[in-house]
Amino acid sequence: MNAEMHRVFAIAWKDVTAERRSKANFNAVAFFAGLMLIMFGMAIGPDNAALASVSAGVLWLAILLSGVLSFNRSYEREIEAGALDALLLYPGDRRSIFIGKFLANLLFVVLVEVIIVPMAAILFKMSIAPIFLPLAGILFLGTVGFVALGTFYAAMSSRLRAREVLLPLLLFPMLIPLLLASVRATAALLDPSLAGEAAEWAKILVIFDVIFLAATFVAFEHVIEG
Amino acid sequence: MKHQAAGTAAAGTPAIEVEGVTRRFGSRWVLRGVDLRVDQGGVLALTGRNGSGKTTLLRILATLLQPSRGTVRIFGEDALTHPDAVRERLGFLAHNPGIYDDLNADENLAFAQRMSRQSADPARRAEVLARVGLVDAGRERVRGFSTGMRRRLALGRILLRPPTLLLLDEPYASFDADGIALVNEVARSVADAGGAVVIATHDLDRAAGIMDTRAEIDDGVLVAVPITARADAHRTVLLAGSGGV
Repeated sequence: MNAEMHRVFAIAWKDVTAERRSKANFNAVAFFAGLMLIMFGMAIGPDNAALASVSAGVLWLAILLSGVLSFNRSYEREIEAGALDALLLYPGDRRSIFIGKFLANLLFVVLVEVIIVPMAAILFKMSIAPIFLPLAGILFLGTVGFVALGTFYAAMSSRLRAREVLLPLLLFPMLIPLLLASVRATAALLDPSLAGEAAEWAKILVIFDVIFLAATFVAFEHVIEG
Repeated sequence: MKHQAAGTAAAGTPAIEVEGVTRRFGSRWVLRGVDLRVDQGGVLALTGRNGSGKTTLLRILATLLQPSRGTVRIFGEDALTHPDAVRERLGFLAHNPGIYDDLNADENLAFAQRMSRQSADPARRAEVLARVGLVDAGRERVRGFSTGMRRRLALGRILLRPPTLLLLDEPYASFDADGIALVNEVARSVADAGGAVVIATHDLDRAAGIMDTRAEIDDGVLVAVPITARADAHRTVLLAGSGGV
């Protein structure tokens, strides 16, 4: 393994270890996402058809909104400790920092999904057992693009005073195409009459992921230097 | 602990050469045409009122900030175009130590080893923890550390890979007498190994024993101040402190 890969895994290990020990962020984010699902479910009411029609959108909104909280926290830890400067003083490729934080954030959001997807299945009466693998694939594809953009924009807003507000303002407009593709792909999986569309939306998600990963990877060095 | 310089430069090449450096934040000029030279083996104490620009100058030398104008060369390397060459040589003790609360002391050092592309050598970490007086706290989470212990650990992180350029921002704050002696010992060892040290401080008494030269920043302008301690060494030369932008 070359030195840059060691740096990538050092960053990811550090973020995951710090989160595993403090647990404050994960617990709060998972609780927030669960609460969102419950509130949406209560607002829509007991109409099964209505619940089914919004389930994919609500699930992805819960993932997106809870993910934003975790991206902010990922850089807050560096800012609070005064560690971002220390991180930037290590010689080496800045993109290692991005990939390390991307991997840690990806793990975090996937773990939140592990909790909220079954919860959404129960609340919105989604039958996910027969589509478990394709659904997991769509969730992963959507999450990769989302986490790439989130990690990038969180770095961009990390030195700003109003970063908690600015991050969603910067991130959400960029996420609209990804959100659309993710919701459509998930809805297609859940509705047997649209089954053929899921693969097409999955291809679009792959294209978004490639574009977002490449663009954020290349541009990260410029935003993190401040 | 044997101290070895992290890099080499031709003898006679100044460790730090700063020419015409200005820096402004918004409409406020913090540095106004700073010229500075510190030779290899030099220890410069940088003084000045709060907000005079000491930390800004240190951050420019550390490649954390770009000057608005001017040039910075570290051991002959242009710091603006080759920042990694500077970072390879650099040890920076900032006011905020940049230590992770949820990791223990040893894990913080292991992380630093990985990030600076060193092998994760536990023996080296143990040696460093012993030197900074944290050998008994190595497995304790930093969250429970005092400010002084955090700064000791930050100093230990620097010692993992001994620098040839050591920048210390208010290094005596929060340290007990042993800690202050340790800071001066580390600074002296860097200078004696042919490196250079810049200490931004309000506490000249503590730096008096090791500094060669003192410079004061006043309203963004650097002026040399004669000192008596180690004045015979003359290893550090201030070129000028020209005002105006």
